Amino acid sequence: MLTRRDFGKTGAAALTTAFGFSLVPAQAAVRELKISRTTQSRSVCPYCAVGCSVIVHSLGDKARNVRSSVVHIEGDPDSPVNRGTLCSKGISLKQFVNSDRRLTRPLYRAPGGKEWQAISWEEAFEKMARAIKGSRDRGFVERDEQGRTVNRLENIVMMGGCTDTNEINYLLSKFRFGLGLLPYENQSRL
Amino acid sequence: MTPTVVKLIDTSLCIGCKACEVACQEWNDQEFTIGTFGGTYQTMPDLAPNFWNLIKFNERETDGGLSWLMSKYQCMHCGDPGCLRACPAPGAIVQARNGIVDFVSDNCIGCGYCITGCPFDVPRLSPETKKVYKCTLCSDRVAVGLEPACIKSCPTNCLSFGERTEMLRVAEKRASVLKTDGYAEAGVYNPPGVGGTNVLYVLKDVADPVSYGLPKDPTIPWSVVLWKGPIKWLGTLLLAGGVLGSFFHYLKFGPKHEEADDDEPV
Repeated sequence: MLTRRDFGKTGAAALTTAFGFSLVPAQAAVRELKISRTTQSRSVCPYCAVGCSVIVHSLGDKARNVRSSVVHIEGDPDSPVNRGTLCSKGISLKQFVNSDRRLTRPLYRAPGGKEWQAISWEEAFEKMARAIKGSRDRGFVERDEQGRTVNRLENIVMMGGCTDTNEINYLLSKFRFGLGLLPYENQSRL
Repeated sequence: MTPTVVKLIDTSLCIGCKACEVACQEWNDQEFTIGTFGGTYQTMPDLAPNFWNLIKFNERETDGGLSWLMSKYQCMHCGDPGCLRACPAPGAIVQARNGIVDFVSDNCIGCGYCITGCPFDVPRLSPETKKVYKCTLCSDRVAVGLEPACIKSCPTNCLSFGERTEMLRVAEKRASVLKTDGYAEAGVYNPPGVGGTNVLYVLKDVADPVSYGLPKDPTIPWSVVLWKGPIKWLGTLLLAGGVLGSFFHYLKFGPKHEEADDDEPV
């Protein structure tokens, strides 16, 4: 039974709603931060020679049945190189990591062949070691024209990359001097 | 009290690298739609529902040369937002206490009135979702104390972010430096017609914002002001008057009685 008081209340409510006063309380919605539960890993941008540091945000707690995925990459403020900033290429690194065309395993193309074929890492190391050994055996110079001992190798070039760490560069130098390799360049200078 | 946050754009430092554009796309997980080449270095001719931040490569001819007037085209987060005034859907557009004007898609009804209300022509209606989108000033990041994605990426320090009074001071200081550097007209773009904007620009020529693609003295369209102000109240009054009138009419004259039809056979 609708009493007179109830009629007044509902009537007023219906009227105000009809006239554009919402009786629903306005709620302030805060957008969800997509990196609130991510794992942060430090890395270096692989593009140019500046070598900006980045923070890779990945989702997934690395539990056994979970596959992590990279959800966001942004600049690392701790790096003196870029202090958190990135260029248009660096800031798009997430697409680089998640691209289905990204190379994640060794591919081999036989001499004269047209097709790339996937091979195992063992096979790849074996082939590289064989090729280096072959070239070195052919091109190693023990003595120069004047008969001086030089023990140098001129038919292999070593190329370093801008994302190589001090430790990698130390090992590269060891490797290079071990072979007697002279031509040596780094992407950072190009 | 929550401080008002401000994005400061020093256009004299922009090199057009577009890092802020990509940072915006990346943070908001928006797929880029490949457009057409328009004869400039600009990424897109205009903003889009999935593209909220555009660096405009405004060209101005100088004596024997060409100068680029870079400007960052995105939501200005006005102090008195025209979009919010025009919006008929409760909760679809919110102005946070820190000054951020944000669109809440769940409440958006896709009427597009905010597009009419915006003096800077920023909101874009998506034909797929029938909802309107624009820059959020990364309200999600700002809420947890991070700076917006575009600010963080900028490699030339052209973009900075902070509390309003502090950023106004920084902007004025930078403008005075530009003045001593030979840009006599340098100044801060903070149009009072929309209650000031929480996106500030330092322009080399503040007397001519139009050449930067920014409106001179923008105001909320008078149609929106009238329609959401006096006209709305007048209409409400008229409607209420009509309802009250019929109520008192009923009290005085009672219900309408049908006259018995005598001709009808029984």
